[in-house]
Amino acid sequence: MARDISFVFNGNNMTARVEDHWTLLYFIREELGYTGTKEGCGSGECGACTVIVDGAAVNSCIYLAAELDGRSLLTIEGLAAADGSLHPLQKAFVERGGIQCGFCSPGMILSAKALLDENPAASEEDIRAAIAGNLCRCTGYIQIITPSKACAAMRRRDRAWWPGGTRKAESRHAERRTHVTHLIKRQSSN
Amino acid sequence: MHDFSTVGKRVPKLDAADKATGRSRYIQDLKLPGMLYGKILYSKYAHARIVNIDVSQARALPGVRAVLTAEDIPDIKMGVYKDNRPLKKGKVRSYRDEVAAVAAVDPETARKALRLIDVVYDPLPAVFDPETAMREGAPLVHEAHKTNVLRMPWKLHYGDVEAARREAAFVVSERFTTTWVTHCCMGTSGAIAEFDPGNNLTIHSNTQIPSLAQKDFLEALAAMGLANRRVRVIKPCIGGGFGSKLDTYAYEYIAILLAYQTRRPVKIEFDRTEEFIATSTRQPTLTTISQGCDQDGKLLFRDVKMILDNGAYTSWGATTPSVMMMPITTLYRVPNVRYEASCVYTNNTYSQAMRGYGNPQATFAIESTIDMLAEAAGIEPLEFRRINANQPGDVSTQGLRITTCGLSECMDAVKAKLGWDQPRSSGEGVGVASLIHVGGGARVYKSDGCGAILKMDDFGKVDIFTGATDMGQGSDTVIAQIVAEELGLNIEDIHVIHSDTDICPWDVGAHASRTTFVAGNAALGAARKIKSRILEMAAKELYAPLEKLVLGNRHIQHAEEPDRKVEIGKLLRKAHFSHGGQMLMAESFYDPANENMGKDFRGNMSMTYTFGAHGVRVKVDEETGKVKVLNYVAVHDVGRAINPMLLEGQVYGGVMMGLGYALSEQVILERGETMNPNFRDYKILTAKDVVPIEAPVLETPDKDGPYGAKGIGEPGCVPTAPAVANAIYNAVGVRIRELPITPERVLAALRAKKGLDLCGIQKGAESAAACVIEE
Repeated sequence: MARDISFVFNGNNMTARVEDHWTLLYFIREELGYTGTKEGCGSGECGACTVIVDGAAVNSCIYLAAELDGRSLLTIEGLAAADGSLHPLQKAFVERGGIQCGFCSPGMILSAKALLDENPAASEEDIRAAIAGNLCRCTGYIQIITPSKACAAMRRRDRAWWPGGTRKAESRHAERRTHVTHLIKRQSSN
Repeated sequence: MHDFSTVGKRVPKLDAADKATGRSRYIQDLKLPGMLYGKILYSKYAHARIVNIDVSQARALPGVRAVLTAEDIPDIKMGVYKDNRPLKKGKVRSYRDEVAAVAAVDPETARKALRLIDVVYDPLPAVFDPETAMREGAPLVHEAHKTNVLRMPWKLHYGDVEAARREAAFVVSERFTTTWVTHCCMGTSGAIAEFDPGNNLTIHSNTQIPSLAQKDFLEALAAMGLANRRVRVIKPCIGGGFGSKLDTYAYEYIAILLAYQTRRPVKIEFDRTEEFIATSTRQPTLTTISQGCDQDGKLLFRDVKMILDNGAYTSWGATTPSVMMMPITTLYRVPNVRYEASCVYTNNTYSQAMRGYGNPQATFAIESTIDMLAEAAGIEPLEFRRINANQPGDVSTQGLRITTCGLSECMDAVKAKLGWDQPRSSGEGVGVASLIHVGGGARVYKSDGCGAILKMDDFGKVDIFTGATDMGQGSDTVIAQIVAEELGLNIEDIHVIHSDTDICPWDVGAHASRTTFVAGNAALGAARKIKSRILEMAAKELYAPLEKLVLGNRHIQHAEEPDRKVEIGKLLRKAHFSHGGQMLMAESFYDPANENMGKDFRGNMSMTYTFGAHGVRVKVDEETGKVKVLNYVAVHDVGRAINPMLLEGQVYGGVMMGLGYALSEQVILERGETMNPNFRDYKILTAKDVVPIEAPVLETPDKDGPYGAKGIGEPGCVPTAPAVANAIYNAVGVRIRELPITPERVLAALRAKKGLDLCGIQKGAESAAACVIEE
């Protein structure tokens, strides 16, 4: 069965007709035609397909496209500023060796972003936990953790430096997160 | 210390911004107009006769454009031993054997069609253990071969091992085993094949060997009756290599055959399960080793016998003993060496090249026994190694010529950085292991060459076309740094093109940690040719003698009168826009003066060798057998670090891969069938497992390396496992001889030491029989 959904895609309002069985990953890659979101395993084990839905990092390969209705989706293509300048995390990954083959990078960067968005005080432990579901075979993670930590430190020092890093944005994220948690709870209780 | 402008700098990878923004296109992201999707049907048995294949229902399914079995295709022989075929005829020899293939309008239809193919098998007795496979009367994997032992006689004997053994004051003899591990590239395998009306083939494929793949595919076309056609190999962005792409595989040939049959582009893309089941692994090994030394700890001999599980077919992996010879003969000074290796067919998955190419398996056995020998001789392990360390100017028994060598300094650094002599708490221990690896190319084939073409445009920008393959390790960036340095340009002036055999020059492939050294030298050669031409042009322009001119900051200037200068771009425009003008373009081919192995396997296979020492501090939980790595120091003698950041990335990544090899990774095959084809059950390390790694770089500029550099792609994962095993011994006094070093194995060893079985029950006790460990 198909249904119509409305959502925000990388900052733009969109409507689409989606089949019930489509995964969000399929919808992004095959229907929207955005290939920055990668499929590494198709079963939620590697994190290459990570995108951000309403502020939370999710594995798009095990998330249904239909669930996107009324929500906001951010893929790696929507992370840089409108003028093309890189998001601080992208820049830090580039400059500090966080990217080798690059297949895990979009998901890795988005997992780190979701964490730092909601937790400016993220510690190295938090960072490791946030990206523990994103596998990387090239870097040994060290040059991924270092730029993430550097961004966290900069973000703490200077709120305005982080895109959307104002208190308002943070509380909005927190609100959305609560919303998502409620939804998940509601679904699981059904 | 030289004052370089680009070399030695932490220059970000040229393609990193594309990768960080999702712009890079991998094989998964490529679609051609009219493209069909290919899928492969694999065997249901480890060893069986194919009685019948009925494809009629699959062919009739709407949307299916082609179904192929061995009956429908010509005889295309694959692999170094030519014992493999894209689709199997008569019988299957392993679970990953390709039995049939489908091309359909979408992946779902292709999958459906596979389910409609009816194959009748007649199971045959199979053999899964190489020692059993070597016995008389064992089931033959390839009947025509008459024996399961490959006819590749890896055998050398330098000096007199038996005489040295009699002379030795201390001798240690041991047996070690390693198992299957796999590359786990995050981007799975895939290819798109397409024919033009003249039957020339274009194939987009993840490959580390574009030029050799081109040759393989040309041979396939010839077998298809299409001799003298063209093959163009285009590499998309590659999601990790680690040796997995050093051969051509059945799926590539199947894509070609389906594309030929359907006259449409055909894509085959592996899912993760397929990637685990149908790509190749590192070779499992059974190694018996003895080493002996004199009273003073000087090594007298090393005697190694090895059996390798080849699996059902033969890939380049069967030649890993040639690389194992390097550590076996030359890691430390050893005057008498004997080595014999047999690669044996089994009905398991076939093994292939993987980062280190046999060196990790060999070094596990060597460095574990070095520690045991040191203990027997009563000499501290680091001191024992120092006594025997290689030195610059050495020529080993195998004829490997050691040019630069910082092994002793690497060990000193490990000692200092790891806090070797610091007091340790209970269950804590330190271990060390060293490595030698090829650092100046490796003459595996008749050539070890790589080409480069360099052209400059009107604005002083450079396009450099290289034969090298960047699969994430950063060769493009290193090549750009070398060219920028040589021509006095900035890194952003250099554009590296590496992706297309129609455009790029020839190369034998991204293997043997050779790219920085060989492709770097090729690029340097081309840059030098251009440099001498622009210097001549500048000399005329500035009325200055050649020897007074220097390049830098996009200009050529007089060394003593900085105001007398000309912008390189301006020189180029002048060269183009003038009567009798010239075009600035140069090519270079660098083939190092290393040697193929002779009949007795002597020969200096590499121009130079990379040395290193790894030290690790572990804590062993004696209740659970769990090993926690507290910190890790990996020191390498790298010649020169052209890009310290990328170099550290290679070491960190290598060490983490090596720690996985040591502690957690194994492809579990049960009677030939992969039991854990997913990341839940195949444990590569995650960000939560990261240990503090220090990777200090020891620079010993090598006269043959580009700006003195040596190769560093593989060493990071070479001595990791023995370093960990030695640390565990140091911590709790048990020697683990089997990889991976799981908690079960450590616990079993700890309990065995106390005379208990794994369940903690006294051996011989009535209830002991109930204690069974399943791995």
